[in-house]
Amino acid sequence: MEKEELLQIRNLSVDYKVKGGYLSAVHGVSFEICKGEIFAIVGESGCGKSTIAHSILRLLPDHNEKISGEINFQGQNLNELSEKELESVRGHKIGMIFQNPLESLNPVYTTGKQVQEGLLLDNIPKQEAWNRVVDLFKDVQMPDAERRARSFPHELSGGMRQRVMIAMMLGRNPDLLIADEPTTALDVTVEAQILRIIKQLRDERNMAVMLITHNFGLVAEVADMVGVMYAGEMVETGTVYEIFDHPSHPYTMQLMKALPRITKKEGRLETIRGAVPKMMNHQKGCRFANRCIYATEKCWSENPPVHQLSETHSFACFREEVSTCRK
Amino acid sequence: MSKSPIKEFFRTCYKNKNFLIGFLMVASVVFIALFANQIAPYAYDDAHPQDILVKPCRQYIFGTDNMGRDLFSRIVYGSRIALKVALVGAGLQLVVGTVIGLICGYFGGKIDRALTFIADLTYAIPGMVMALAVVTVLGSSLMNAIIAIAIVNWAAYARVVRAKAMSIKNQAFIETGISFGESAFAIMFRYILPNIIPVLIVTVSMQLPGTIMSTTTLSFLGVGSQAPSPDWGLMVSESINYISRGPWVCIFPGLALVYTVFGFNIMGEGLRDLLDPKMKSQ
Repeated sequence: MEKEELLQIRNLSVDYKVKGGYLSAVHGVSFEICKGEIFAIVGESGCGKSTIAHSILRLLPDHNEKISGEINFQGQNLNELSEKELESVRGHKIGMIFQNPLESLNPVYTTGKQVQEGLLLDNIPKQEAWNRVVDLFKDVQMPDAERRARSFPHELSGGMRQRVMIAMMLGRNPDLLIADEPTTALDVTVEAQILRIIKQLRDERNMAVMLITHNFGLVAEVADMVGVMYAGEMVETGTVYEIFDHPSHPYTMQLMKALPRITKKEGRLETIRGAVPKMMNHQKGCRFANRCIYATEKCWSENPPVHQLSETHSFACFREEVSTCRK
Repeated sequence: MSKSPIKEFFRTCYKNKNFLIGFLMVASVVFIALFANQIAPYAYDDAHPQDILVKPCRQYIFGTDNMGRDLFSRIVYGSRIALKVALVGAGLQLVVGTVIGLICGYFGGKIDRALTFIADLTYAIPGMVMALAVVTVLGSSLMNAIIAIAIVNWAAYARVVRAKAMSIKNQAFIETGISFGESAFAIMFRYILPNIIPVLIVTVSMQLPGTIMSTTTLSFLGVGSQAPSPDWGLMVSESINYISRGPWVCIFPGLALVYTVFGFNIMGEGLRDLLDPKMKSQ
């Protein structure tokens, strides 16, 4: 099957200006998302996952960050667009749902009205827009759609609010949906429902999804492609099978070992020793070196090369003997 | 969901005596202003040369002034001016203050610093002095007095709105709106503004009494309403020379002013308790 590239990120770096220099939040990240594909970005807190998502739509809170690299979306470099031009991309071409559905809705309007708002931006007549809202609510499997559309956000549960958010973004039919930890604030059963909805909508609308999460279980369930991030760098990318069957970067390998398994009866879960280093002012060397069990002298002084294992699978490390890396 | 919100509102009002009393007082002033033609026995500039400085009696309930005009009728018509001042004055301050406050709070940066500096500057200059200066430039009339007071008072609104806008700006639903493709204008007026309305209502009701008082003061000083307008401030200042012969000519317009301002004041106090429980303890 021929895949059509939708979003292509080339060498994206984001630095935050902080006291005493620049904090490198994202460094040299490249990946692409194809149409109808679910691309998951996995990594621990503070590794730059959300920063990537926010920099795509230029939603970073302050003006003291430095973004370099290219964000090519349908042939346009989003980094070069003016604020005005970007407004027509936001929502219309790229929708985004956030971590916290409890606070992401405006408390003073009914949910239906907020969803309708987006449709009105596309110059759809009011009555027709309202009918579409109810249809959208049904699409996201909102029980009792008609009535919920007239409810205020505080009258709905967390899962329902996240559905409203999804409906809101779907209303404008974006080509790419960025889901920034969409289920972190929800409980496990609701999480499963929301993921099912996202997956189903992807199948129906051939929409690409960029899923940001720290949950490997979730990745295994829905993603097609996976990017593993560590301290602002994407250390390994590949299809979900490649990553789970042949984790190649030491960080991914150790993460896999740390996953709880039903079959494993003995002892405590494995952990990765140490903590994520603070990346100030672009030091040289592998960022994982201080926690890596395979680290050598070279790891501290030089940037690791990228190894291409297959068309889709690549990782950045000095270790080439992949075979020994396998479990 | 069981009770209708309107019923609920009246129930809370009933419990909040401040608001109830204030509301009734203001409502009575509004009623008098609306039906001034029916209530007042004479026109406000209807002079009776034979009845100068008559004591309050059955024919002239509040007595007459130095030109023989019925004081009661004049006070009744004066309520219209007081309310006009309240409406137009507060409206002007509200619009200017809110727009500037929103711009400051939402955009921040240089615009914010410049406008906040101007606001602080107007705060620093004594209000009456500045209002007098403005009226002197614009010329004496009621409308100019209202504008002058608005120029003095808008900063209070701008400050409140700015602070509130800044805190709301960082809430998640604003980010949702932006990622949704909304323009900055829509974010300011459709996302932030509706969320500060309770605070705005409280600010208006707290500022209203002051606005009426200051404008009346300007009229008293002779740079606001001009004769023969039945402005309460003007009435007090015109009759001050006759205070020993007929104290009622000063007392009744003053009482009317006190009644109106007091009504707005305690209504504002009550509203604050109703809409902003956090400020209750202060």
